Amino acid sequence: MIVLEKRPQPSKAWSYATPLVAVLATMVFGGILFAILGKNPIEAIGTIFWEPLFGEFAFYYRPQLLVKGAPLVLIAIGLSLGFRAGIWNIGAEGQYIMGAIFGAGAGLAFYPLDAFYIFPIMVIAGAFGGWLWASIPAFLKVRFGTNEILVSLMLVYVAEQMLASVSLGLLKNPEGFGFPGSRNLQSYESAHNAELIAGSGMHWGVVTALIAVIFAYVLLNRHMLGFHIRLTGEAPRAAKFAGVNPARLILFCLGLSGALAGLAGMFEVSGPSGVVSIDFNVGYGFTAIIVAFLGRLHPVGILLAGGLMALTYIGGEIAQSQLGLPAAAIQVFQGMLLFFLLAFDLLTNYRIRAAHSEVA
Amino acid sequence: MKFTSLLASAAMALGLATSAMAEDKTKVGFVYVGPVGDGGWTYEHDKGRLAVEEHFGDKVETVFVESVPEGPDAERVMTQMALEGADLIFTTSFGYMDPTINVAKKFPNVKFEHATGYKTADNVSVYSARFYEGRAVQGHIAGKMTESNIVGYIGSYPIPEVIRGINSAYIHAKKVNPDVEFKIIWAYTWFDPAKEADAASVLIEQGADVILQHTDSTAPQAAAQEAGNVITFGQASDMSEYAPKPRVSSIIDNWAPYYIARTQAVMDGSWETVNTWDGIKEGMVEIGEISDAVPAEVKEEALAMKAAMAAGEYHPFTGPLKKQDGSDWLAEGETADDGTLAGMNFYVEGLEGDIPQ
Repeated sequence: MIVLEKRPQPSKAWSYATPLVAVLATMVFGGILFAILGKNPIEAIGTIFWEPLFGEFAFYYRPQLLVKGAPLVLIAIGLSLGFRAGIWNIGAEGQYIMGAIFGAGAGLAFYPLDAFYIFPIMVIAGAFGGWLWASIPAFLKVRFGTNEILVSLMLVYVAEQMLASVSLGLLKNPEGFGFPGSRNLQSYESAHNAELIAGSGMHWGVVTALIAVIFAYVLLNRHMLGFHIRLTGEAPRAAKFAGVNPARLILFCLGLSGALAGLAGMFEVSGPSGVVSIDFNVGYGFTAIIVAFLGRLHPVGILLAGGLMALTYIGGEIAQSQLGLPAAAIQVFQGMLLFFLLAFDLLTNYRIRAAHSEVA
Repeated sequence: MKFTSLLASAAMALGLATSAMAEDKTKVGFVYVGPVGDGGWTYEHDKGRLAVEEHFGDKVETVFVESVPEGPDAERVMTQMALEGADLIFTTSFGYMDPTINVAKKFPNVKFEHATGYKTADNVSVYSARFYEGRAVQGHIAGKMTESNIVGYIGSYPIPEVIRGINSAYIHAKKVNPDVEFKIIWAYTWFDPAKEADAASVLIEQGADVILQHTDSTAPQAAAQEAGNVITFGQASDMSEYAPKPRVSSIIDNWAPYYIARTQAVMDGSWETVNTWDGIKEGMVEIGEISDAVPAEVKEEALAMKAAMAAGEYHPFTGPLKKQDGSDWLAEGETADDGTLAGMNFYVEGLEGDIPQ
């Protein structure tokens, strides 16, 4: 018989090895899945992981990895701070939407004025929108002790309704023949989050994501507040004795993760997407939760995990069109990644032992 | 811009490469908003793709990517297809409009066809079907068959195409049943079986015994079947697995002839930008078999209306018609022009509620 035995101390080696083992296991079982679907598993996995990075058209896909990965990293960094302290913001998707609405709204309010200060105002408005939306669950939790998981999640659906409403009304393109959706910010130069170097995929959102990684790293390792965050998550009682103010921590963690999600939404709507439309959000806020955990809630880990997720998205699309793999198979493949991560994560805190059968 | 020129030259190189082997294969790409197994909208587009393959055999190669979100992801998928040498790309959802135009700019040698949009370019055509003709037939049957006089309507997005359908169905239901009332729920999705089923259940609870849907899955059909004594119509595809009841008829989008014709045009080098809007007459809109659950005389009337539209003798929007606010729209005998229909953003008189904005 096999039993799980709790380790006296979490295994450091396993906590680093888990993501790698999970990726390998996903490749093996994903390969089996693809084989069952009648595709060559080596070719399929190769297409997903190799093609975007080193394939014939990598010159196009590599920048796209940045475009796809940046919002994931930016949101996940914010979420990870709260997650470390045991504060669960599940509603980043809603904060992402509100950031986009506020950011785009601020920009469109100036249309067609051409001025250098419009884009910075949009950035502030976007962060404010996300912060505002995340502050609702934060405030309710601090004041009334509500559960932030539920409140933040429910506010996603409220945000989606707001998105539909502004797409059909307030921000609707007056020259859009009655169709929903705002003006395209890509064709409004002062508000356009264009690539900084053409063809590089680097837009302001990518830069901000990288800054956020560095900022989070410094905060967690060099700053008292970061210490408090870690302490609250790892030893809540000790945190209390250390004088951590839980209300302040909740407001800070939720507010910051909201602001970062709002920024991600604002950079997306003013750049790659261009339009506030009913279908603007495609799940970055939820995928970022996976990215945060895949990256072990560590800033550098999140950076790598964001890249990996982006890779499976883009590689998955290539596999679809080149090999005819169904979209659902790609989604299962991505789901496996989280599943195996959580499964192997068990080994960080537990070890497997063959138990001696007890003699009666 | 460097990026654009880089892509353009890549496209050029590919364009040359493809034309060098033009005798071999024409590559046609399809971008779908839902899964090919949705049993509705995307399923019919994919049937069109398969028809292209069957018609041209070895002369074509088709590729597709399904469940592509509308926005930057769509742009990437289209770019990817163009890079990999597609000669013709069909983008089959309204929300792909701006991405299609963006990608088309970077690949002047690739032809694009965008469904249900209104932006064209030198290498971008648009095409759509006059679904509202089919809605007229549905409205007639719904008006005749409802006993509660409440017809439930699951709208996707409040865009002109969907509003046209609601108006057309309502006008024809009202014509045969002055007491009829429409309840409309906006699902804000093209494909989400759970949401669609919820919407259907809510409408049925509110007393609707006819459900019309402008969303892509068969979930409302299943919900109606479960409720019993409710009739539905297949949307975009025949959905005949729910016949004879709840599904009593359907609107079928038949894209195959158009896809074959456009692929042929690319092969011949005769492809030009067009704005196609075809209906029952051209065969792009078909009415699925009216089942035995419908009384014979109603069926006959419905088929007569279909025949009149096919012959060009009847237009579903024929005056006298007023707008919801009571203002005059069409005078006696006057028919709506395509421009007004294409941008339709008002309800006709008698419909309750507001178009969300």
